[in-house]
Amino acid sequence: MSEAVATHAVHEELGLWRTYVFSTDHKMIAKQFLFLGLFMMILGGLMALMLRWQLAWPETQVPGTRWIPGPNMTDGYMNPAFYNTLFTMHATIMIFFVVMPILVGCFGNFLIPLMIGARDMAFPVLNMLSFWVGAVSGIVMLAGFFVPGGHAAGGWTSYAPLTAVTQYTGVNWGQNLWCMGLIILGISSLMGSINYITTIINMRAPGMTFFRLPLVIWSLFIVAVLLLLALPVLTSALAMLLLDRMAGTSFFLPEGGGEPLLWQHLFWFFGHPEVYILILPAMGIASDILSVFSRKPIFGYRAMAFSMIGIAFLSWIVWGHHMFQSGMSPTLGFSFMVTTMVIAVPSAIKTFNWLGTIWGGSIRFTTPMLNALAFVSMFVIGGLSGIFMASTPVDIFIHDTYFIVAHIHYVVFGGSVFGLFAAIYYWFPKMFGRMMNEPLGKIHFFATFIAYNCTFFPMHILGVGGMMRRIYNPLQYEFLKPLQQINIFITVSAVALGLAQIPFVINFFWSLFAGKKAERNPWKANTLEWVAPSPPPHGNFDAIPVVYRGPYEYSSPEVTEDYLPQNRQIVPQRAAAH
Amino acid sequence: MPRTEAVSPVVNVETEQRIEASVRLGARRPPPFTAPPTGEDPLPPSPDPRTGPPVSNARLGMVIFLAFEGMFFAGLIGAFLVFRFGSQPWPPVGQPRLPILVTWANTAILLFSSVTMRYALRTMRMGDRNGLTTGLSGTAMLGTIFLIVQGSEWFRLVRHGLTLSAGIYGATFYTLIGCHGLHVLGAVIWLLIVRVGSRDTRFSARRQVGVELCGMYWYFVVALWPILFALVYLS
Repeated sequence: MSEAVATHAVHEELGLWRTYVFSTDHKMIAKQFLFLGLFMMILGGLMALMLRWQLAWPETQVPGTRWIPGPNMTDGYMNPAFYNTLFTMHATIMIFFVVMPILVGCFGNFLIPLMIGARDMAFPVLNMLSFWVGAVSGIVMLAGFFVPGGHAAGGWTSYAPLTAVTQYTGVNWGQNLWCMGLIILGISSLMGSINYITTIINMRAPGMTFFRLPLVIWSLFIVAVLLLLALPVLTSALAMLLLDRMAGTSFFLPEGGGEPLLWQHLFWFFGHPEVYILILPAMGIASDILSVFSRKPIFGYRAMAFSMIGIAFLSWIVWGHHMFQSGMSPTLGFSFMVTTMVIAVPSAIKTFNWLGTIWGGSIRFTTPMLNALAFVSMFVIGGLSGIFMASTPVDIFIHDTYFIVAHIHYVVFGGSVFGLFAAIYYWFPKMFGRMMNEPLGKIHFFATFIAYNCTFFPMHILGVGGMMRRIYNPLQYEFLKPLQQINIFITVSAVALGLAQIPFVINFFWSLFAGKKAERNPWKANTLEWVAPSPPPHGNFDAIPVVYRGPYEYSSPEVTEDYLPQNRQIVPQRAAAH
Repeated sequence: MPRTEAVSPVVNVETEQRIEASVRLGARRPPPFTAPPTGEDPLPPSPDPRTGPPVSNARLGMVIFLAFEGMFFAGLIGAFLVFRFGSQPWPPVGQPRLPILVTWANTAILLFSSVTMRYALRTMRMGDRNGLTTGLSGTAMLGTIFLIVQGSEWFRLVRHGLTLSAGIYGATFYTLIGCHGLHVLGAVIWLLIVRVGSRDTRFSARRQVGVELCGMYWYFVVALWPILFALVYLS
């Protein structure tokens, strides 16, 4: 113990600057990613509410937006071009600057060294750079709002040639900054994935074999590989788009011999793995939390790991299902349809294993558990609506309608964001050394869950009713007028969903400073992060733990308690042999 | 305090040789092997902390970085193939032909630089500092020649009307070959930095890792070229 105190004392001398800003400690970097993500989440959420207001009460004054200068808003009235900017940036921010920084950046950084029993990442300085390069990319991305011509307005998919020529959207530097921001973010992710993969392969504690890794580490490992192999393709596509915009090439412009569909192929070759980059960490998190609060081993550990690998592999060969409408040959469309539907197999394996895990368990309905259960149920709905889109004939009907919007939000909000909340509630004690407030957490969960479903479920109906995905004013169309009541209902629910986050913000900051002090292992869990003090000091462990078993030995007959930490050694009793 | 006992490890001959070589180059000798602290019972097998895992962190990190680079070029090559085997005649009518003969010679120069790089790495592992410096200088020189030849050919092509904005032929050529050229330039700069470091009187084990990584990067840049040459110039 004296040693740990000594190392702690040394790091106290690092000073404010090195401890909180340019820290190389993986836990501080994780917190930086968390705060970046939460800040961006508020921003992205407010954008969504502005969009919703415009859809429910088109061309009325959006409350509280009079300060936004023209040409974006005129005295609180939203201009059509700004509507385009808002939906583009809502998606860009939520995907690249909320879910990825929190699930991959924050929890990847925080959990990998702690759960595998390492003192830090393999390359701590690279890790620090990864955050700061990410922050620069965030600044570049937000700078786009302040340049003449406004921010990118071609949708988060930025289909060429719409985005390749300034005149088509009227956006000049906004789109350029959007491309540059994502290229820089790609560098940040590259540094992250180098660290994650190297750390998981090389720095595991003695006895921590690959098949003793918690599933959340498996998911982060697979995500790091996906990121590594998917993002550079986007980078190359973005570089070509930038050249088209700035150097006069014509990669995506038909008049210069270019090929607009090439953008879609390259984008979705990245874009589909990206979807799994967003959902896989949440799958891992849910697996861990369901097992802990059911006090049962995970059902089918190896099947869970292999199904994640299967999903990751399949995500490479399905990108064409985003392009059924692009005029691809029916044979090719058919093969993309089949490979897409095959993803249902590993996904179903995972879902049934989650159900098997909680089946007959002694379930504790804590806030993280409720969020994890919400993740599973919402993921099932999002997954099932995905099958509609996978089948070409149905997709041709619902392509680019609100059905797609409903699907993406059931997967990314219902899946990733509930997983993200589960993770924050579950690991908050380890991160900050204090417990979060349970009643406030439950209020937040139930309010969010109800408002969320009221917001996004009716979008399925809007989509089947034919409402287009990126539409400024639905009242312009006669056939959409009867659906307007649904739009108003959705907007009211969306506002409620926004308000439902207030208990979370209060809970988060109140617990940060005044929450009940957390013990080392408040949830009585098995994995190694609970062996370290709460919060863990620089260097994490008093002594590097030794691992004797897998991470999910709950209710084991070998011990009297209902949990059996990975690092506890059981000395065989000689007397028991008789 | 956990109890530590000195246990004589199984001596890994290759590791010992490496340690000796880096000591001869001026590195400090690593501390003698001590087993990790144990309780009463035998530990699960853990790697010798001096040799560590089979592939070191630095090398593994570099391999991952090169995978990223590979996928980046895969994206660009994919785009090139779409145009090359698309419907339009290739090269398009009225566009200048690429200088194949000069580039064959240039390819030979770049491929030969991998031999000098290998010489540098071998001599370093044997503890020969002069050989290392010679090898690095030779490699950097060959890389520079490659870049100069490429650059002068580019000037000629631009004068003949093959520009970035002249059409898809020029755009793919300059993007793909230009990206490779930038990578060679970066690698040459890295080589020069490593070469300056190799003259340092205290050539540490850290520096040695730096040279190894630079070598891996150089091999990647060299190995990529024949693929691009075959696709862009010869196909």
